[in-house]
Amino acid sequence: MWLVIFAELAVFGLFFVAYAFARARNVALFDAMQATLDRRAGAVNTVLLITASWCVARAVEAVERARAASGAHWLLAAIIGGLGFLLVKGHEYAGMFAAGVSLSSNTFYMFYLSLTFFHFMHVILGVVILAALWVKTRRGDYTHADLNGLASGAMYWHMVDLLWIVLFPLIYVMR
Amino acid sequence: MTTRTLDTAWAMLLIATACTFAIGEAGAGGVPAMAALLALSCIKGRLVILDFMGLRRVKFKWRALLLGWLLLVSALIAVAYRIALP
Repeated sequence: MWLVIFAELAVFGLFFVAYAFARARNVALFDAMQATLDRRAGAVNTVLLITASWCVARAVEAVERARAASGAHWLLAAIIGGLGFLLVKGHEYAGMFAAGVSLSSNTFYMFYLSLTFFHFMHVILGVVILAALWVKTRRGDYTHADLNGLASGAMYWHMVDLLWIVLFPLIYVMR
Repeated sequence: MTTRTLDTAWAMLLIATACTFAIGEAGAGGVPAMAALLALSCIKGRLVILDFMGLRRVKFKWRALLLGWLLLVSALIAVAYRIALP
């Protein structure tokens, strides 16, 4: 899992830096287009991902203390947070597409759509992973002596959260 | 990792998020705002890495790699924003 995480961080890191340098060549465009984004939706999504991450961490801690049932509840809460993110982001996309925004609209939207959609796909995978962890935790597959699978899945989710922690201020706020 | 540590990290993450949002709502720009936003990102990232990922007490190299990524990306973003200033 560490290999996957570092590979993802490397790719997203390059993408973030590419965005920042593309902005340096089109400051007026990027600042103007950034103003069209729904910053509140971005902030709500940040809260959802951070809270889901907290729930995942609490789930791992519960299983470490041999409280699998509690761990499963925390994982369910995290899944709900992840689904909430997908809903909010989906609503944001729907509004943009209805307004005629696309990858070819301009350089800002090309970066915005490709970066956030790339992240969106990772959130989907993250939710699927959490769902698998929830099933296995309820079944008692993880114990305080063996929770490698749970910890690995949790790491993936925290990575997804970490990426958004950089993405939100970079694209929605920094001007 | 204790429950209190995790809960405290969550609370601090929420506060930092509120600060980031407030900077955005204020329409703040330029070097001070950029520095504040990157600092907040690093603080938040550090909390996720050390507390949520539980890397506070593991071998230094894992912490170093993740924190190093965060610092490197933030530094390069800062360079790009500095170049963009008139």
